[in-house]
Amino acid sequence: MIHVTIDGMQMEVQEGTTILQAARGAGINIPTLCDLEGINDVGSCRVCVVEVEGREKLPTACNTPVEEGMVVQTMSERAVDARKMALNLLLSNHHRGCFSCPSNGACELQDLCYQYGVEESSFAGARKQIETPPVEGHPFLSYHPELCIHCERCVSTCAKATGREAITFRKTGMFGIINAPFGEDYKDTLCESCGNCAQNCPTGAITEKRKKKYRSWEVSRVLTTCPHCAVGCQMYLLVKDGKIVDVEAADGPSNHKLLCVKGRSASFDFVDSPRRIRTPLVKNKETGEFEEATWDEALDLVAEKFTDIRDSLGGDALAGFACSRSTNEDIYMLQKMVRTAFQSNNTDNCARV
Amino acid sequence: MTNTIQDITQDANLILLIGSNPEEAHPVFGMQIRQAVQRGAHLLVADPRDIDLSQKADIHLKLKPGTNVAFVNGMMHIIIEEGLQNQEFIDERTENYEELKKLTASYTAERTAEICGIDPQQLREAARLYATAGNSAILYCLGVTEHTSGTEGVMSLANLAMLCGMIGRPGTGVNPIRGQNNVQGACDMGADPDKFPGYQKITDPKVFEKFEKAWGTKLNPNPGTKATQCFHKMMTGDIKGLFIFGEDPVRTDPDTNHVIHALQSLDFFVIDELFMTETAKYADVILPGRSYAEKEGTFTNTERRVQRVRKAVEIEGNTMADTDIFTEIMNRMGYPQPKLTPAQIMDEIASVTPSFAGISHERLDSEEVDGRGLQWPCTGKDHPGTRIMHVGKFARGKGLFQPAEYRASCELPDDEYPLVMMTGRILYHYNACAMTDKTEGINEIAPEAFIELNTADAEKYGIADGEMIGISSRRSEISARARVSDKTRPGETWMPFHYLKAGANWLTSAALDSISATPEYKVCAIKVRKLSPEETEAAEASARATLA
Repeated sequence: MIHVTIDGMQMEVQEGTTILQAARGAGINIPTLCDLEGINDVGSCRVCVVEVEGREKLPTACNTPVEEGMVVQTMSERAVDARKMALNLLLSNHHRGCFSCPSNGACELQDLCYQYGVEESSFAGARKQIETPPVEGHPFLSYHPELCIHCERCVSTCAKATGREAITFRKTGMFGIINAPFGEDYKDTLCESCGNCAQNCPTGAITEKRKKKYRSWEVSRVLTTCPHCAVGCQMYLLVKDGKIVDVEAADGPSNHKLLCVKGRSASFDFVDSPRRIRTPLVKNKETGEFEEATWDEALDLVAEKFTDIRDSLGGDALAGFACSRSTNEDIYMLQKMVRTAFQSNNTDNCARV
Repeated sequence: MTNTIQDITQDANLILLIGSNPEEAHPVFGMQIRQAVQRGAHLLVADPRDIDLSQKADIHLKLKPGTNVAFVNGMMHIIIEEGLQNQEFIDERTENYEELKKLTASYTAERTAEICGIDPQQLREAARLYATAGNSAILYCLGVTEHTSGTEGVMSLANLAMLCGMIGRPGTGVNPIRGQNNVQGACDMGADPDKFPGYQKITDPKVFEKFEKAWGTKLNPNPGTKATQCFHKMMTGDIKGLFIFGEDPVRTDPDTNHVIHALQSLDFFVIDELFMTETAKYADVILPGRSYAEKEGTFTNTERRVQRVRKAVEIEGNTMADTDIFTEIMNRMGYPQPKLTPAQIMDEIASVTPSFAGISHERLDSEEVDGRGLQWPCTGKDHPGTRIMHVGKFARGKGLFQPAEYRASCELPDDEYPLVMMTGRILYHYNACAMTDKTEGINEIAPEAFIELNTADAEKYGIADGEMIGISSRRSEISARARVSDKTRPGETWMPFHYLKAGANWLTSAALDSISATPEYKVCAIKVRKLSPEETEAAEASARATLA
């Protein structure tokens, strides 16, 4: 075990623990931007710098392991000044059009600049010289280089969390370029449209396009389980004015904050689709057309017809299939209906198909 | 699954992926398999197609479709021949090993390789790797089960795991990746012709009596008919009335013509649905139910993990909660069923289902569970749930080897229908697209059906990549765009089954697995032909109209 003192608090931690992990374990907050635990520890943003007694340079807390007897100050004047300078430099390459940015109010850079009182950059922002235009060919995802702080969270998310390596980072001279595969040729890239990069982007550089339809503070979040495959990913439905407008991944036991394109982008448009059937329908035998009915009319007809068949031919002449997409509670009640009211065991689900 | 996703992707030294393409059908599982490969896990892929994961595999065994049983028997033959079996595990925890040894004796590497169309040396290497990797996990999906020998395929995989003692600890096991979100739950909840909730057999007099008492009524003691066989009984008039809750068999069951004839033969057909599906069109009454986002409840994932579903919105209109629809019908048919909330229904489930006894909405929402769900068996309020099954002892006591001979698929190619067609899922759609095709961007990315055709076959028939072609089986003809590549082997083709236009199930065979009655979606015989200019134009127009 290693003994370390952070902001005057003495603690014992495992060897290999970073300063950031040790501080967080003790409830001490060190700000971060590029850090994503287990995924990205490049230490490029430098907003997590801290002062370590006896060291000239300020190390980045996210990727510096603690050492025996280390004494760390997270909020010393030097550390805070260096943090402000880091934000000042990041801001020099960041287009501050927050009004029109879909991440306004949910931007980690905005939050930190606000917290540290950094309003403008005192630097010109050299990257602007080579900036490429926005990449917007993909139906769901877009990349705005002018908002990008090159933290590489997206690159690491795509490479390590999804294991796909569709987003790459390359150096051209003194500049780095993020290759976001959301151009007109997106179908020819490795991109699976999962959007995990967008969820992990600390600014509005990579976003789901639908984010433009709401502000983060306008929505409530409902934790639920994805309705598509059997992995059982946990996710939040984002609801604005009674409508689902977006999905965010939650940290579930089987998905660990990841989602696929179906969960993130194709799990809610159908809910209130204009194509939903919203009233009981009974087929007119003469015309073959469906006609609207009240619930009482429809349910009485169903009960009467099924009762006739049951009472004249026996329950074995009736069958009822459950839906493998619906809830356990629904399915239990469906099979209970078939067994008790239909007097039949002809009940099954689509497991075989 | 005997194990959990997390232990397979983090603790397994080797993953044997057979008949499964998780990167498309279970993408977040696929991502975690890629993570496993990155951390150094071995990967064996047994699949008739070049799926993306086969490029990351140590060995890709490109099996002929329908030869899984032979492949697994061959693996076991080599393992026994080279003395790599786990004799201690076999002696202590299993029975019937001698029968297995006897049956697999004829599956030499050479004979197996011949049946499966693979290289015997690669088969040997795969067998050695599986047996000696330390912790080896088997993952399988519908590529194993959707065959007339599907049940034997699953039993053979269980034999392989027991032979090497690869069960009952982290990073091992026999793990089916279930298809749909709650197909595990649907089976658990007793939507099954001969089992009550929790796999309690209706033929067991004690169980039967328990349910008669719990539900306060006399029940029908005759085991029911499996859904896939019910369609036949509709045509013969043995089944006259049908209630379907949210399924679309016209799209998803094999041999569409057969399904439509069956539905048309009914006296009375009721469907509880969200949309005017192809199946709903044949109904006498459509009852508008509610989607997952409009209700409270639970889904059970492929790890047996029961997790909460929560109501987010209400939509305008005159829909009704599905449980209330069933309750209304029960009461109107003379069975007195009180109206219950989903939480109260789960309490009733727990009261009659020993493996769910410790599960309630209250507990799932508690700090104790902390959003992790509960994995059944969960036999009491203090039971933490079961991460890994068969630890130390099998559910039935001793693990029983059930050796099975390889049998060829039901409908093999011949002179008239010379190609094999397999069906499957793609990343961007789900089943009959009821949920996915309401999202515009999805339709933009994956707008239409296609058929994967091998380069050699394309050359033989003069078909170019991207060309609309005619595809027919003994049951019907459709047209779809050819994707020419070497993803499949010569003589083999593959089609997604999602699409309304060019629905693959017009072609598939209704041959069923002899035990589970699962259709043989993975093998049917087809032929392809070039279309005339007029036919091509019609097919193109139809493809364009698909999304209108």
